[in-house]
Amino acid sequence: MIDRKKMPPIVDAVHYQLELKPYAHHQLDNGVEVYMIDAGAEEVLQIEWLYKAGNCYETQNLIAATTNYLLRAGTTTHTAYELDEKIDYVGAYVNRGCYNEQAAITLHCLNKHIDVLLPLIREVLTESVFPEHELLLYQQNMKQRLSVNLRKSDYVAGRLIDAYLFGEEHPYGKYSSPTSFDLLTRDALLAFYDRYYKRGHFQLFVAGKIPADLLEKLNRYFGDLPIDSPSLPTHLLYPAEQRKFTIQNDPAGVQGAIRIARPFPNRHHPDFLPALVLNTVFGGFFGSRLMSNIREEKGYTYGIHSYLLNLQQASAWMISTEAGKEVCEATIKEVYAEMNRLCNELIADDELNLVRNYMMGGLLGDLDGPFQLIARWKNLILNGLPPAHFHRTIDTIRSIDAQQLQVLAQRYFDPADFYELVVV
Amino acid sequence: MITFDRFTLSNGLRVLVHTDVSTPMAVVNVLYDVGARDEDPDQTGFAHLFEHLMFGGSLHIPDYDEPLQLAGGENNAYTTNDLTNYYIQLPADNLETAFWLESDRMLSLAFSQKSLAVQQKVVCEEFKEHYLNKPYGDVWSHMRSLAYQVHPYRWMTIGRELAHIEQARLQQVKDFFFKHYTPCNAILVVAGNVHVAQVRALAEKWFGPIPAGTRYQRKLPVEPTQAAPRYKMIQAPVPLDLLCKTWHMTDRLGATYHATDLLTDMLGGSASSRLHQQLVKEQKLFVHIDCYHFGSSDPGLVTIEGKLVEGVSMEKAEQALQEQLNAFKSQPPSEQELEKVKNKTESAIAFEDMSVMSRASSLAYYELLGDAAWMNEELGKYAAVTTAQVAAVSNELFRSENENTLYYYANPPA
Repeated sequence: MIDRKKMPPIVDAVHYQLELKPYAHHQLDNGVEVYMIDAGAEEVLQIEWLYKAGNCYETQNLIAATTNYLLRAGTTTHTAYELDEKIDYVGAYVNRGCYNEQAAITLHCLNKHIDVLLPLIREVLTESVFPEHELLLYQQNMKQRLSVNLRKSDYVAGRLIDAYLFGEEHPYGKYSSPTSFDLLTRDALLAFYDRYYKRGHFQLFVAGKIPADLLEKLNRYFGDLPIDSPSLPTHLLYPAEQRKFTIQNDPAGVQGAIRIARPFPNRHHPDFLPALVLNTVFGGFFGSRLMSNIREEKGYTYGIHSYLLNLQQASAWMISTEAGKEVCEATIKEVYAEMNRLCNELIADDELNLVRNYMMGGLLGDLDGPFQLIARWKNLILNGLPPAHFHRTIDTIRSIDAQQLQVLAQRYFDPADFYELVVV
Repeated sequence: MITFDRFTLSNGLRVLVHTDVSTPMAVVNVLYDVGARDEDPDQTGFAHLFEHLMFGGSLHIPDYDEPLQLAGGENNAYTTNDLTNYYIQLPADNLETAFWLESDRMLSLAFSQKSLAVQQKVVCEEFKEHYLNKPYGDVWSHMRSLAYQVHPYRWMTIGRELAHIEQARLQQVKDFFFKHYTPCNAILVVAGNVHVAQVRALAEKWFGPIPAGTRYQRKLPVEPTQAAPRYKMIQAPVPLDLLCKTWHMTDRLGATYHATDLLTDMLGGSASSRLHQQLVKEQKLFVHIDCYHFGSSDPGLVTIEGKLVEGVSMEKAEQALQEQLNAFKSQPPSEQELEKVKNKTESAIAFEDMSVMSRASSLAYYELLGDAAWMNEELGKYAAVTTAQVAAVSNELFRSENENTLYYYANPPA
């Protein structure tokens, strides 16, 4: 008979010697940096062109995002439909993404189709024309999508909490409105495109099963583009003075969207890595204090999470949940009670040990596969962190003790420092 | 080509092993052959509620998550109308922890009254979050009950109403468990940095002693062939009108399944697809329009769903859609159009197969359908589809007597 009460012996994940598989680094003829991870069994590629063309560079709301989105809307030689048709025909995905500092165009494809796709991407990055009718259609549809999203309490809460934390004028805090879509013009897009794409600055992040001649091809199609790196404009933070907000959004709604957040320094601050551990204990995984208490013990919510925002200049510590209308207040009270407990009581050895193992196991899983590896490297590179940062993360997970975490909790878990928002 | 080994324990548990030593991780995937379609019409949402209860402690292990997290693992689960799937990913060194946990809850749950009470509340909040508090969240509740009259696909996985979840009793939970959560109704897939002999030994050790249970015989009412179009009209506090149409299609093993799947990709699903090009970009009648199906085990629904541009009437939008469908029926797609959606499928499968977890759940799913080896034949089945077959399917599908229409109107502005 086996003893089912007894857990089989385990290898503590904290003992794993984790290594971040190094990337291959190259430069195209024009000095463009190329980071490559060659791994995986499938004949697939992911290539990302990451431009300094995020929201931070725009002087009018939505210009960066719209320029990025409409990169597929037509070039001097192909209409939007022809581009879509060519991309779809080879089963490729060409996605755009506009963030705060960067804007990306990302290609996913089977290796065998790369020769068709690279010239198309070059065309999109150098010869886009942003047709007026495509802009009009975009404005119309985006405004209508916005009107749907604004009915969702969690969407509204997500916009407002960022505005409170960073200020509505800051790229991290500003949000769209129907008017901001109306004010977009083709000329403004063309000007932004000209400065930040055609004569801008980009890096290449490549992952997958990399063909031997890929670098040469990248150089052929992208090594002659002019590069002129724009300097990042300075934006001042204007956090809101008022701390507590209740917004009526949907009178018939049955749940409230709750956000509780405080400003937090970026990844370069010595408290950032320790805070990742404290956050995991607090609300960073299924077994966290917030989940155990507010979901598993009280059943107030389907899920509650805390996290540090992944932002480059300044971050924030955020707690986010949707809870039954009648238990929103009780939920908020419990969030503060859990902060309080971390300030006043040491985390027990068992719990801390579990969190260490969980984080290390998660890290091991995260390093699995080429796309995951390049994502981790990209995060270090964009944040200006050295490769040793990866090992510092592991050292922190392994060695931080309960006293240090308590001191950290006392430093950051003062309810007076938190913004509190309920959208019902 | 996904390779695997397969054996069956004496209690009927089917075990599949897929080895990939390039990863340091292991995946343990347990699929139970039970979904929302197996529920009593007066106790809907039970299969999904049950999925939550599976984390509330088992016979010998009071807490499921803690030991797994201690072993550096993560897990989750999902329930559909057809099946329930549980999966764990953990460092391969700690594989046995997953066997210990999964086998104990297959042996028996703890059946705690408290866990039931809490998970009833959690699931009710999930219901509210996804289906009540979200604009258009109830589209499928209406559409399912319109398109299906007798088959249990007529309710959503989350359940037909909150009350069914609130009223669940512990005895019902026990009955459900011993009916469905048995070795002979389950498929275990172990994948990643693992070896067959090791998995066999662990499976014998931990799952071998569990009583087989009785093989569940599924006898679901067959949906009668729809004889006339059906309509339903809804008004809700949303900003835009929505048009949703469905047509009854074949089941997952039906001869025309792959042609149907490719057909939905031609109509919707990508920037160059017909409906997006014509109705969003050219005619500017819809903000978005999609065509999809759920790939359900029993005969499913091809769905076309889109939100209307403000000011466009429902009649005009519907008529324009009808014209597109008529054109599609009268003229078979070109070879090039077919080639495009085949290429897309090939690419989608390649990206999906990158993750060990996804390979493990696919193996379990195909084994449930009849044979895990079919996973490797899928691409060939798509490749064999001809334009004539797609044309035949579209003519069979898009007949008015086979059609269900939901007119979802935005409330007039106050």
